[in-house]
Amino acid sequence: MAFDNQQRLKDHFHETMIFNQRTLIAGVIMFLLLILLLSRLVYLQITNQQHYATLSDNNRVSIRPIPPTRGLIFDRNGVLLAQNLPSFTLEIVPEHVENLDKTLATLKQLISISDEDLKRFHKNRRKKRRFEGVPLRFRLNEEEVARISVQQDQLDGVLIKAQLSRHYPQGKLASHAVGYVSRINENELQKLNASNYSATTHIGKVGIERTYETLLHGSVGFQHVETNAQGRVLRVLDRTLPISGKNLFLNLDSKVQAIAEQSLADNNGALVAIDPRDGSVLAMVSVPVYDPNLFVHGISSVDYKALSTSPERPLFNRALRGQYPPGSTVKPFLGLAGLELNLLQQHHELDCPGWYMIKSDERRYRDWKKEGHADTDLFKAITESCDVFFYDLSVTLGIDNMSSYLAKFGLGQKTGIDIRGELAGLNPSREWKRRNRNLPWFPGETLITGIGQGFMLTTPIQLASATAAIAMMGERYKPRMLYGIQDEQKSPIIKTQAKPLKAVPVSDEKNWRYVIDAMKNVVHGLHGTARGIKYNLKYPIAGKTGTAQVFGIAQDAEYKKEEIAKKLQDHALFIGYAPFDDPKIAVALIVENGGSGGAVAAPIVRKVMDEYLLKLDKNPVKNVLENSGETAQ
Amino acid sequence: MNWQSDSSSTNFREENRLSAGRRLFYRFHIDLPLWIGIILLSAMGMVVLYSAGDKSVELLNRQFVRLFIAFIVMLAVAQINPSTLKHWAPWMYGIGLLMLIAVLLLGEVGKGAQRWLNLGLFRFQPSELMKIAVPIMVAWYLAEAPLPPRRGRLFIAAIMVIVPTLLIAKQPDLGTSVLIASSGFFVLLLAGLGWKLIFSVTALMAASAPIFWNYLLHDYQRQRILTFINPETDPLGSGYHIIQSTIAIGSGGLYGKGWLNGTQAHLDFLPERSTDFVFAVFSEEFGFLGTLVLLALYIAVISRGIVIAVNAQDTFSRLVAGSLTLTFFVYVFVNIGMVSGILPVVGLPLPLISYGGTSMVTIMAAFGILMSIQTHRRLVSA
Repeated sequence: MAFDNQQRLKDHFHETMIFNQRTLIAGVIMFLLLILLLSRLVYLQITNQQHYATLSDNNRVSIRPIPPTRGLIFDRNGVLLAQNLPSFTLEIVPEHVENLDKTLATLKQLISISDEDLKRFHKNRRKKRRFEGVPLRFRLNEEEVARISVQQDQLDGVLIKAQLSRHYPQGKLASHAVGYVSRINENELQKLNASNYSATTHIGKVGIERTYETLLHGSVGFQHVETNAQGRVLRVLDRTLPISGKNLFLNLDSKVQAIAEQSLADNNGALVAIDPRDGSVLAMVSVPVYDPNLFVHGISSVDYKALSTSPERPLFNRALRGQYPPGSTVKPFLGLAGLELNLLQQHHELDCPGWYMIKSDERRYRDWKKEGHADTDLFKAITESCDVFFYDLSVTLGIDNMSSYLAKFGLGQKTGIDIRGELAGLNPSREWKRRNRNLPWFPGETLITGIGQGFMLTTPIQLASATAAIAMMGERYKPRMLYGIQDEQKSPIIKTQAKPLKAVPVSDEKNWRYVIDAMKNVVHGLHGTARGIKYNLKYPIAGKTGTAQVFGIAQDAEYKKEEIAKKLQDHALFIGYAPFDDPKIAVALIVENGGSGGAVAAPIVRKVMDEYLLKLDKNPVKNVLENSGETAQ
Repeated sequence: MNWQSDSSSTNFREENRLSAGRRLFYRFHIDLPLWIGIILLSAMGMVVLYSAGDKSVELLNRQFVRLFIAFIVMLAVAQINPSTLKHWAPWMYGIGLLMLIAVLLLGEVGKGAQRWLNLGLFRFQPSELMKIAVPIMVAWYLAEAPLPPRRGRLFIAAIMVIVPTLLIAKQPDLGTSVLIASSGFFVLLLAGLGWKLIFSVTALMAASAPIFWNYLLHDYQRQRILTFINPETDPLGSGYHIIQSTIAIGSGGLYGKGWLNGTQAHLDFLPERSTDFVFAVFSEEFGFLGTLVLLALYIAVISRGIVIAVNAQDTFSRLVAGSLTLTFFVYVFVNIGMVSGILPVVGLPLPLISYGGTSMVTIMAAFGILMSIQTHRRLVSA
């Protein structure tokens, strides 16, 4: 036993030795591993703390843009033309809905939900996270909002979201001038300042809305928000408020605009009224008009097809882009050219037999009056619009003098008005024909240019601007839509400055007086072509009628065959300004296929001038408002 | 060595050397230093869990109940004499092995792995039993013969470790199989396994790594290892855990973001934040200094375990105490290592802190065994 005990004790001692040795080694290894862990922690928490703190902040803080409120648009009298209204969108937050089918069924009983709405809803639902609202219906009316609000307790997860959307309270009034906003498209997205537009969905597409997009839009605001891993916003850390767009006041007088639109309602055509003293555009009408509100929420394909394929071309801004032969309205300018260039004497008379011939040509160039005007000087030729006198004058002047003098009035050039898309028209010359047609200029072409036909094309804005120049004895101003800019409601309106253009040189004022006296005689003279409008006139008007022949159908080739007959009727034109001795308004009007300028166009211009100068109609704008309300339903 | 000459067969003499308070604990077989360490760690765990669980009182209640049960288990185990435990060793091991086979054949599937055995009243995870049974079994077997063990014995002991390890790896539960393999290995190591053998086996394992990779690992396990090597390859997928937890730890800095102020944790960026990744919450909120305190507590508990092992009176107790203590260290090291991104993600909780039941009971049972070894000491009887 003793031996055995000894053996065991020895073993025991040995085993303890081994165990303690091994434990020591294990301890050392554990110690080294702990050092490893600690150095990792030092590396993470002390050496790189800054780096990881940044990552952690990036994790939780994200920047959300806040859209700025778009500036309002007013006319010169403060009548609202474009505003922002809350529009209601119905959204569903899937996370808060217990039974989606049941909720949808309940909603269907309360408001109309189309299959298209449902399809879009289910498509969007897959893209969004569970706590995000998925839109189901847009543009709820107040009744629908009320119905849903009453049932709200049964509709968990159903939200009505209000956001601002563009609204044009005057409806179709001045739609071509004001333009409209619509959803930003791919093309625009690439050109935009992405950051400033990060919260914006709509952008000005045409008209003032487009030209002054930068002013109207404003600057985006930002808020730093804390989000969790799913992106849910938990709280706002700080925010930079957006800067609203500027309010714009237009030179437009909506009463004048309304009268003009109403007077032209049955026709296609365009009217531009300008204050000759500074170029302010008082009215810019292109009929037919359209309702810009249709475009804001995305126009339906049916509506768009109707607008874009209509032979009346309601989306076409005739005031800036319609290029028409000026017809006889060009005559006062050419008469002035003859006098100013000393190629024509005021008393020079010509016997008008009703036709005119030139040596190189067998053709008879006819006067509009078959029997002729008998003895005619320039005064009579303008008053009665004698063609033969101007055939002769143009032969005297020659095409080079004619085109260079007409160019001084801005004909055949863009006026530079602050709405995009203006066309230049055409003031033909020898040079132009050689370059563009590769043909020499024929003498006969000079003749027809003398009565505003042939190659010559002008836009209504050009004619109005040229008329203003004649009223101002050569002084010219760039036509301006913008009256002033307002930073915010109630702050002062900063007016825009008139921009003088190169004046038409005056060699002898008597020549001008002579021509404008003749234009006055057009309205007030016994034989004036617009004498029909002089009755009860409270102020004198100077003007000129025009009746432009429509030679072909090239310009609007898509007109249908059965319409060609109407299409071939003459365009009726009238240019004029008033009051004669203190010009405040200059107007150019074209009524497409309207017939005679004196009978059709002049009366409309008088109505417009009456409204502007006498303010007869107390509230035409209000009427328009009510009308637009009805059409929007 | 003075007390050894006394002939008292009880541990009264030992108790006499202790203060009155500690004597009381001794009577209930509680080791006071270990007890204090465990209590402090559990308390810290509750504090972190309150934050990690988004101030959920319910979660705290459940954790408290689990801790309570685990403490009862620990006390119960502490009452069992180590020699009794030694007698139970083959039975525990045998039953555990049978249950592991049963799990593979008819176990319940949860989270893509087959780990549970439905015993009617409750679900049981046999691998948890094996965490204790394997070291006890190997220690019993090796303590039968003089140490260091001979080759034949070593071979059989190795089989005893490898069989349950493979069965658990097959479930698949990589974390637990690593723990069981290491607990068995620790017994062999402490018993005096030759260095030559250790190195040659290590070399063999390294050589067989490709086979292991190709045939024994599940896809998700392979993915975890790949992700560990370069988390950025899949920042939103399997790399997400590691990236977010290193951000949490790193952004905590020296002083931390403060209790309940961890943004990574509270804004849901951190996954598994009350269970396996609770250390990241702790580091984010309490910083490097807090982490030092936590590690110090773990070191204290482990040191006490080593002291108990060194003071143990027989080979079996020594081996068991040493192995259990070292395994506890593996728990802590592997968890913190994986959360801080120096080890691949294997699903191991942070002992005494992580929310969760089964493994906590096992860990506390192991502490119970340590306490039993410490408090059942008496003079060597022939």
